[in-house]
Amino acid sequence: MNLTRRRKLLSGLVVFLCAAAVAAALVPLFFVFAYVLQRGFSSLNWDFFTKMPKPVGESGGGMANAMLGTVYLIGIASAVAIPVGIIAGVYLSEYGTKPFGTLVRFTADVLNGVPSIVIGIFAYGLAVLPVKHFSALAGGLALGFMMIPIITRTTEELLNLVPGSLREGSLALGATRARAAFSVMMPAALPGIITGILVALARIAGETAPLLFTAFNNRFMSTRLDQPISSLPVQVFTYAVSPYDDWHRQAWAGALVLVAFIFIFSVMARVVTRRLERMHRT
Amino acid sequence: MKATRFLLAAALGAALALPAATGLGQTVQINGAGATFPYPIYSKWFSEYNKMHPDVEINYQSIGSGGGIRQLSNQTVFFGATDGPMTSEQQFAAPGAILHLPTVLGAVVPIYNIPGVDTQLKFSGKVLAEIIMGKITKWNDARIAALNPGAKLPATDITVAHRSDGSGTTYILVDFLSKVSPDFKSTVGVATSVNWPVGVGGKGNEGVAGLVKQTPGSIGYVELIYARQNKIDYGAVQNMNGEFVSATLDSVTAAAAAATKAMPKDFRVSITNAPGAGVYPISSFTWLLFYESPSDKKRSRIMMDFMKWALTDGQKFAAELGYAPLPQDIAVLAMAALKRISI
Amino acid sequence: MKTPSSRRSADDRGFRLGTGFFALLVVLLVTGIFWELFRNSHLSIAKFGFRFWTGKVWDPVSGEFGALPFIWGTLYSSLLAMLISTPIALGIAIFLSELSPKVLRTPLAFLTELLAAIPSIVYGLWGVFVLVPIVRQLQVHTPEWMRKIPLFAGPPLGVGMLSAALILSVMVIPFTSSVAREVLRAVPYTQREAAYALGATRWEAIQAALRFGRTGILGAVILGFGRAVGETMAVTMVIGNNPQVTASLFKPQHTMAAVIANEFTEAADDLYLSALIEIGLVLFIITLVINALSRLLIWSVTREVKVKTSRPVGTMAFKAPKAAA
Repeated sequence: MNLTRRRKLLSGLVVFLCAAAVAAALVPLFFVFAYVLQRGFSSLNWDFFTKMPKPVGESGGGMANAMLGTVYLIGIASAVAIPVGIIAGVYLSEYGTKPFGTLVRFTADVLNGVPSIVIGIFAYGLAVLPVKHFSALAGGLALGFMMIPIITRTTEELLNLVPGSLREGSLALGATRARAAFSVMMPAALPGIITGILVALARIAGETAPLLFTAFNNRFMSTRLDQPISSLPVQVFTYAVSPYDDWHRQAWAGALVLVAFIFIFSVMARVVTRRLERMHRT
Repeated sequence: MKATRFLLAAALGAALALPAATGLGQTVQINGAGATFPYPIYSKWFSEYNKMHPDVEINYQSIGSGGGIRQLSNQTVFFGATDGPMTSEQQFAAPGAILHLPTVLGAVVPIYNIPGVDTQLKFSGKVLAEIIMGKITKWNDARIAALNPGAKLPATDITVAHRSDGSGTTYILVDFLSKVSPDFKSTVGVATSVNWPVGVGGKGNEGVAGLVKQTPGSIGYVELIYARQNKIDYGAVQNMNGEFVSATLDSVTAAAAAATKAMPKDFRVSITNAPGAGVYPISSFTWLLFYESPSDKKRSRIMMDFMKWALTDGQKFAAELGYAPLPQDIAVLAMAALKRISI
Repeated sequence: MKTPSSRRSADDRGFRLGTGFFALLVVLLVTGIFWELFRNSHLSIAKFGFRFWTGKVWDPVSGEFGALPFIWGTLYSSLLAMLISTPIALGIAIFLSELSPKVLRTPLAFLTELLAAIPSIVYGLWGVFVLVPIVRQLQVHTPEWMRKIPLFAGPPLGVGMLSAALILSVMVIPFTSSVAREVLRAVPYTQREAAYALGATRWEAIQAALRFGRTGILGAVILGFGRAVGETMAVTMVIGNNPQVTASLFKPQHTMAAVIANEFTEAADDLYLSALIEIGLVLFIITLVINALSRLLIWSVTREVKVKTSRPVGTMAFKAPKAAA
């Protein structure tokens, strides 16, 4: 076989292998999703969404408190992370070339890579021990800390993509830098920033480890900041490692709801990105 | 984009406004944590109590006896629960005096999953200790066969499943094994968390039950109810009298008989390897832990009211969940001890 | 009298300080984490010193704590995950950025990113009920002669290093592949054009791009490694939670994140808790080093590109924004 034939065959082989890699990645995706769907779907009923857990030995009950708890924790996390993340992102895009900007960028990346369990330990020392009780606030803080780097970096990158002429134009018209940043640049970059927020939400919605010793868990419905609160991931975990079949069924249903939740965030993020691309392509 | 921004803000606002909207300020929530061993009966009790007093929500999380003790000492929970009594060091480290109140009796059973074997196996204390230490490695070992003539023991390797978290169930087992095997006592020792010579770790009674159920050739230890609920085979254990006894309500109650006559004032007593006929040797009390002088008097009052109910009416739920109710004399002593807690 | 320009510069200074404060919060957060971890592990550091990193025994009863089995388990499982996932992740990155027909690109990219959306706990559940029995069957059918090799020694439990490595590799794939895609996208198209102009096949042109971005791709791989190191829930459900140092794929082992999750709420005495927090500190330092290294490598590629192809300020040239990280 001459050299050209061999090179062409090799190239074809590589193309095939790369396509196979994509297929290989999609196999577990479908596998897992189908399994969760199959195990969980039959246990989804009205009770599941509206009732509280029942004690051992009594069948039925639901995960209403866990679902509400997850929404609540996400709310607290967002309230903490969105302002800090966006404003820090604005700083980086305006003044990011200075050494301090590099430091901030670097620490944001480091924070992104910190394992969630370590963040849990930190939140435990910060928000649980001093006040001597587990709380939704501590759990929300832990999740919020994890969201901050994603929002910061996305905000910075999106603001950098807005044409500099926009900023220059508004400055030329007499706006302060603050005005230019918040009233002109941000709205232009907003879809991307929202994408960043949605991505961050998808990231933390399924986190279990940092909640284990901050928000703890709660058999009852609770919306108080200073009490333990239930959450879907923790409740699913608790039920899953139990020996009761009824609880296993509910764990799968909870897992399905959790996956659907995160799926929706991811889809929304994608839709927003697509709209942004379309907006700027015209 | 305005719509999305509005939706996001609305969602955030709704989430934070919820506490005001739901008006949950009326109910009192009391947090407790600890043993997984009594979790089935405690969850039943707290649920029943909540039905009788809808404004009281007792939130109990089963994180292991070690966890209960630690979180109680940290005062991150109002009460704890444990199957292994607190050590002197732990009591010393706590910021106040803690009272152990016995609630029910339970049994730890050796569960196993051996394909082909469906009769109940007999274990002597020594053999059980050696299996757990990894000194007996195959099911058809002569020492096991000697106790079980007629059982078709395969040549499978034994996999030991133990707790990966700090556990009173562990405490009860190692307490028993240390009494019957000096070798075990010096190699492993007695605590809620030990350095296991061999085996796989599962989280909670639930985790161990799950491991054994799914791993052929494995042996583990769980509270009786977990074995029953999971329909896992469990063995009979030899008691001090030499009889091979299976865990039942009667055999567990018998184990408490000797203790009843000489119950120490702080209720910290071990009834493993108790003398007597028909006694199941791996039995134990399980305790709820309370500070004797808590600062939160309101919660203290509620919990004492709960305890009065649990020590009387609550006991009727014990049997159906696989626990033995407290012997009458001990329940009376416990009721009297409630007065030691300041309300 | 305040002139408009001096008022504006006062506002600008306020803006800079105000936003800078929030940026500082991020830095404070990270230093705060390090400080908290360090402070709360002083008991353990004082007692064990460097022995902590090399000690093999983890015995809460006698108060002897050595972190080596957990460090080993973490590094070994993550290394295996990296070995398994890297070829697949790179294949996906290459396919999506170079080979795929335009119409398939977005849906396929979306689907591979969905792998990252599945929460760890769900992977753990699936691992326990589906993967572990499969691995157990695999172990049961391993021929005797293979069992003699230390790499394959161990009872057929199903739970163990292999299950953990497999689950981790699935979880790491989307991270490595999306960052590798970004790196490949940053490589100027001129690299590939030059290769084609010389008569290269598709694979050879891709090689040119890979060679240009090789440091960045290495960074992507290391980033995936870092992700695997910190993974908790999925691993603790399938690894067997047995702290031992062994090269066997089949034996149950333990990781740093898993031991913290299992034992943190119940560490009944201060030394025990301190030892666990010190493990958290070790984990933090390891992920810090890994992330720093990978980011540096990735930046070196993207920065090189920016320098070479920097656009003058004020042009309307506007690239399509990157996909969500």
